[in-house]
Amino acid sequence: MTGDGWISDVIVAARPQAMAALVRYFRDLDAAEEAFQEACLRALRAWPKNGPPRDTAAWLVMVGRNAGIDRVRKNQRMRPLPPDDQISDLSDVEETEALRIDEADYRDDILRLLFVCCHPDLPATQQIALALRIVSGLDVRQIARAFVVSEAAMEQRITRAKSRIAAASVPFEAPGAVERSERIGAVAAMIYLVFNEGYTTNVAEHGAKAPLCAEAIRLARLLLRLFPTEPEIMALLALLLLQQSRSAARFDADGAIVLLEHQDRASWDRRLIAEGLALVDKAIRRRRPGPYQVQAAIAALHARAATFAETDWQEIALLYGTLEVMQPSPVVTLNRAVAVSRTRGAAEALTLIEPLAGKLAAYFYFHGARGAFLKELGRDDEARTAFGRAIALANTPAEAAHIRAALDSLSRTDKTR
Amino acid sequence: MQYAILCYHDEKVTCAWSKQHDDEIMAKLGAVMEKHKSKLGPVARLLPTTAATTLRKDRDPPLVIDGPFAETKEQFLGFYVVDCATLDEALDFARELAAVNPGGAYEIRPVAAFYPDKAAS
Repeated sequence: MTGDGWISDVIVAARPQAMAALVRYFRDLDAAEEAFQEACLRALRAWPKNGPPRDTAAWLVMVGRNAGIDRVRKNQRMRPLPPDDQISDLSDVEETEALRIDEADYRDDILRLLFVCCHPDLPATQQIALALRIVSGLDVRQIARAFVVSEAAMEQRITRAKSRIAAASVPFEAPGAVERSERIGAVAAMIYLVFNEGYTTNVAEHGAKAPLCAEAIRLARLLLRLFPTEPEIMALLALLLLQQSRSAARFDADGAIVLLEHQDRASWDRRLIAEGLALVDKAIRRRRPGPYQVQAAIAALHARAATFAETDWQEIALLYGTLEVMQPSPVVTLNRAVAVSRTRGAAEALTLIEPLAGKLAAYFYFHGARGAFLKELGRDDEARTAFGRAIALANTPAEAAHIRAALDSLSRTDKTR
Repeated sequence: MQYAILCYHDEKVTCAWSKQHDDEIMAKLGAVMEKHKSKLGPVARLLPTTAATTLRKDRDPPLVIDGPFAETKEQFLGFYVVDCATLDEALDFARELAAVNPGGAYEIRPVAAFYPDKAAS
């Protein structure tokens, strides 16, 4: 092997497992983090000489735990830990240790660690920041960059989140079946938040935010490895992969958003699509439908269409109808209306969304879609007003630019009439 | 003699590779394959084991299970089929692959029967 890059790869892969066990042991995020960091430093010293241990996570847990205990002892002026080259030879201890912390323990440990990060007392932004720091191990600088805030502000956000967690005291016993499934649901929602935080972006911040999407996918894989028979988790991972597969096609050379309709489908990532479709297939076989499965099925229909014109809007409209029943929300109805406009025309779509005007008054996409329907129906003045509202509500300059282009085309058709 | 070179690696590690790192490794492996293409048979890279389904046929009717056949520390992630005169030659080919894709292991397994086209039986 060339260089020590493999060590950091191995440590990154082992981190959730090791951190989860250390949090169970110390029952404190800061103490677990310090212990893990100490274990990593020792790994960097020991592994290049001795090679990686057979079970890297168990090694990091053992060494981290000893280091943590050692710190306590030092404070009590007691005997220090043996030198590194002695503790790095853990083969005997490791065997018994590996037996004790088997996969089943790890499963609830990791789930607890993930669940701690999405505690309902924490606002969404703190949940995401905490998960990225604690589970993924991104440093504060990277996270601050992704959220476009200063390092000091992010440091403070994470510290605040940790003290809220400490105050809320999450139970450390293995959860019962009902509680476990509630935790899985909360963690899935948090992972989707991480992804969306990375995905909802403009071209300028795309580079800084891209790691969030990658981390979300990694966390979803982790969750699915823990619960390989959960169709909703298969679908969550599928949904993220299918959305991520389009990332290279989402911005043009000038940084403007390219809508699905105009994306170069040749630049979609076929490997991510293959994996996403395989997972949707597997999930649906279980015949236990859920909202992530419906959303993944919609994403799969887009991924399967060779051209925008070949998109199965009929099926997409039906799926949004199903989602409306499972998770009623004006945004879902709006999405159904967009699909309906493709199959049954803009007039019917407009009728569907008019009742949403109050609830979605401050929602960029509502006015954008409404403008597009009105434009299609030749009601240009109303379309202009709707587009104007959309521009005022745009979340990113790219969104505003997109609507401005629609407005411009409206003005042009006016002149030609 | 044909040999299958079975690729094992911890998918927690390989799935955490950035796209750029993944592309780099694939390009380097591609160069090794290009160099040996005259003796190379089918090559496949498999999706992660989270995409796998297992049919347990030790009972009747067989049981369908989500996930890979075996939970192992390192997973079966792909294979090469290569035509070599000796085991040493196959090992050399595997060493060349390993040089550009460190980590994990290659199992070199002689092929007993090979049906390159579907019509053969």
